[in-house]
Amino acid sequence: MSSSLQSLQGNKACALAAVAAGCRFFAGYPITPSSEIAEKLSRELPRVDGVFIQMEDEIASIAAVIGASLGGAKAMTATSGPGFSLMQENLGFAAMTEVPCVIVNVMRGGPSTGMPTKPAQGDLMQARWGTHGDHPIIVVAPASVQEVYTETIRAFNLAEEFRVPVIVTYDQIIAHLVESVELPRRGEIKIVDRKWADGTEHDFKPYAETDDLIPLMARPGDGHRLHVTGLTHLPDGFPTQKPDLASKALTRLLDKIERHRARIDKVELIETADAEVVIVAVGIAARAARRAVETLRSEGIKAGLVRPVTLWPFPEEALRTAAANARLVLVPEMNLGQLVLEVERVLGRGVRVAGLNRVDGEPIPPAAMVSKIRELVAQ
Amino acid sequence: MNEIARITDFDVKDYLRLHLMPHFMCPGCGHGIALRSLLWAVHDLGIDRNRLAIVSGIGCSGRVGAYIDANTYHTTHGRPLAFATGLKLARPDLTVVVIAGDGDCLAIGGNHLIHACRRNLDLTCLMLNNEIYGMTGGQVSPTTAATRVTSTTPSGNAEPTFDACKLADAAGASFVGREVTRQAPALKNLIKSAIEHDGFSFVEVMTDCTEIYGRKNDLGESPEMILSQKCDMVPDGLGNAPDQPFRPNPMATGILARHARPEYGRTYRDRAADLRAEKGR
Ligand SMILES: Cc1ncc(C[n+]2csc(CCOP(=O)(O)OP(=O)(O)O)c2C)c(N)n1
Ligand code: SF4
Repeated sequence: MSSSLQSLQGNKACALAAVAAGCRFFAGYPITPSSEIAEKLSRELPRVDGVFIQMEDEIASIAAVIGASLGGAKAMTATSGPGFSLMQENLGFAAMTEVPCVIVNVMRGGPSTGMPTKPAQGDLMQARWGTHGDHPIIVVAPASVQEVYTETIRAFNLAEEFRVPVIVTYDQIIAHLVESVELPRRGEIKIVDRKWADGTEHDFKPYAETDDLIPLMARPGDGHRLHVTGLTHLPDGFPTQKPDLASKALTRLLDKIERHRARIDKVELIETADAEVVIVAVGIAARAARRAVETLRSEGIKAGLVRPVTLWPFPEEALRTAAANARLVLVPEMNLGQLVLEVERVLGRGVRVAGLNRVDGEPIPPAAMVSKIRELVAQ
Repeated sequence: MNEIARITDFDVKDYLRLHLMPHFMCPGCGHGIALRSLLWAVHDLGIDRNRLAIVSGIGCSGRVGAYIDANTYHTTHGRPLAFATGLKLARPDLTVVVIAGDGDCLAIGGNHLIHACRRNLDLTCLMLNNEIYGMTGGQVSPTTAATRVTSTTPSGNAEPTFDACKLADAAGASFVGREVTRQAPALKNLIKSAIEHDGFSFVEVMTDCTEIYGRKNDLGESPEMILSQKCDMVPDGLGNAPDQPFRPNPMATGILARHARPEYGRTYRDRAADLRAEKGR
C-alpha cells in the first residue's frame, strides 16, 4: 500500500501537508475561518521538533516566519482577509529579500470584518498586488481538500526553489469541507530544499546573478556573515540607489518567476478543445463551473472550463489557447469582479468576456452559471 | 591586567565592515557610541560572530546594524523584535541582539515590545533613545520631553513621555537596564550583562541626535548634549543582585531590574520533548 485514505477537513489537510513538506515553524494569530490550521499545528509541530508560536498579531506572525526562515527553517503562517492585509508590508520584505515562506489566506467576505463565517473570493487581487511596489509572487488556489493537501506541499517546494513567498488561498467552504484525501507515504512526497551556500566560498554574494536567477542562501552560523535588507540592494546585499543597478536588481526579482513559469504554472482544463463557451473560475466557484459545463454540454452548448490552480502567475497561454475558438468567456467569482480583469487583459478585445458575481456570502450554484450563459448565448 | 590594557586590546575596526565606511551617521550622533559599546561587549564576551545575529528596525538606529561584521538583518519599522523572535526560536544556538529606535520600539513596535518582555525569550534589545524620530527629520517621539520643539510639535510637545524601562519591567522583562553614552565603559558592561542574561533583556541607551533634536532645541553641540544627559548611577554591583525590585526613577542608570523567570525557548522545547516522550511510550 503506497498511500492511505483519510477523511479530512480542508484546514487540517493544509496543516498536515505543511508538516509533510518539512514545515518546522509556524507563527500566527487566530482568525476565522483559518484557525484550525494553527490549532492543528500547535499539536503537530512539537512532535516533529518544530516550533509553534501564537504571536501578538499578524504583523508579528509574518515577521517571525521570515526570521525563522532566515535562520533556516521552513516556515508558514495562516490567516484570513483582515490578517492578510496586515501582513502585506512584510510580504513585500520577504519578496525583496527573497525569503522562502508560505502564507495561507482562507478568504472571507470583506472589506473590513465582512462576513467571517461565510465564503468569498475577495482577495484574489490583494494576493497579487497587496504589497507596495512591483514584486514577484506565487499564489496557488486549490479547489478540493485533496488539492489543499498537494498544493500546500507544492507551495513549500516552490517557495524553497524560487526563494519567494508563496500564498495558498481558498475560501471558507473548502476550509471547512470534509472530504476523503489520499495521503502519500512520506518517501513518496517530492520535497525541495533551498540551495544552500556551504559557508566556505570566497567572495560569496548573497544576491548574485546566477544562471537561473535564483541566488544561493546562506545560513547564519555556517560562515558567511551577510546583510539582509529590505532596501534595494546589490548582489553583495548592501543598499544601492544607483538607477541602473536598482533597476537590474528589481527586474531580476520578477524575471526569476517569469523565466521559470513552465515549472510553476498549473491549470486544469476541462473540455476546452472545441469550446465555444469558456468558463474561467477558481476554487469553489470552479467546482460549480464543472457541473455547469456538464449541463451545458448535455444541452448541446460546447462549454469548457479553465481553472487556474496557479492563480499567479496567471496561466495566460493556456487561457489564450482554450479561448481561441470561443465566442463567449464567463468569469463567475464570489466578488464584484477581480479575476475578470485579468481574463480581459489576457484575451484582449477579441472575445466577449462577461462576469457573474455574488457577494452575499453564498456560493454561485451551477444553475446560475448555466442560465447566465444561455441568456448571453441567445443575445 | 589593568583596565587600560584591556581597553587597548579591543579595536573596533576588527568588528566593522570597513568597506562601508564612511558611515552615514551625522558627526556627533550618539548612535555611534552605542555601536562601539555593543561591539566592545561582543569582544569582551568572545562571541563567535558567525553565531551573532543583529536584527534592527528602520530609522537611523536601524542602520547601525549594517556596519557590524556579523549576520545582520535590517527589517521593517517597529518589527525587529518579532523577526528576532522567529529567528531565535528557529535557531536557539545564535546570540540575537535587536537594535531599535525609540519610535521603532515604543510607538509602531510598542505591542511587540510588551509581548517580547512578557514572553521572556532569550533576546537582547538595545533601544537607542534619542528622544526623536531622527531618520524622518525630527518629528516627536513617545520619548520626546515635554515642551520640546520638534517638526510636528511646533509649539512644544504636549504629550507625556514613556519611561521605557518602567514599561519593560511591568511587562515582564527579566533584565532591565539603562545607560548614557557618556559612560561608554559602563554601557559596554551593561550590554555584556544583558547578553549574558538568560531571558529577555531590555537596555535603554540614551543617545543624542545632535543634528536635528539638538539644533532645533538649542541643546548645543554633541559634547554638550552628551554631558548634559542627566543620570543617577546605580553603583556597579548593586544592580547585580537577582530579583531586586525595579527602580522607578527615570534618571537611574545601570541594571534596574533582574528577575529569575523561565526562558521561553527552553520552556517550549522542554514541553515539546515531554510530548514526544509521552507519544513514544
Ligand atoms: C511602516 C512605516 N512607517 C513609517 C516609516 C518612516 N520612518 C522611517 S524611520 C522612522 C522613525 C525613526 O525614529 P526612531 O525609531 O526613533 O529611530 P531614529 O531614526 O531616531 O534612530 C519612521 C517613522 C517607515 N519606514 N515605515
Ligand atoms: S539625524 Fe540624528 S539620529 Fe540620525 S544620524 Fe543624524 S544625529 Fe544621528
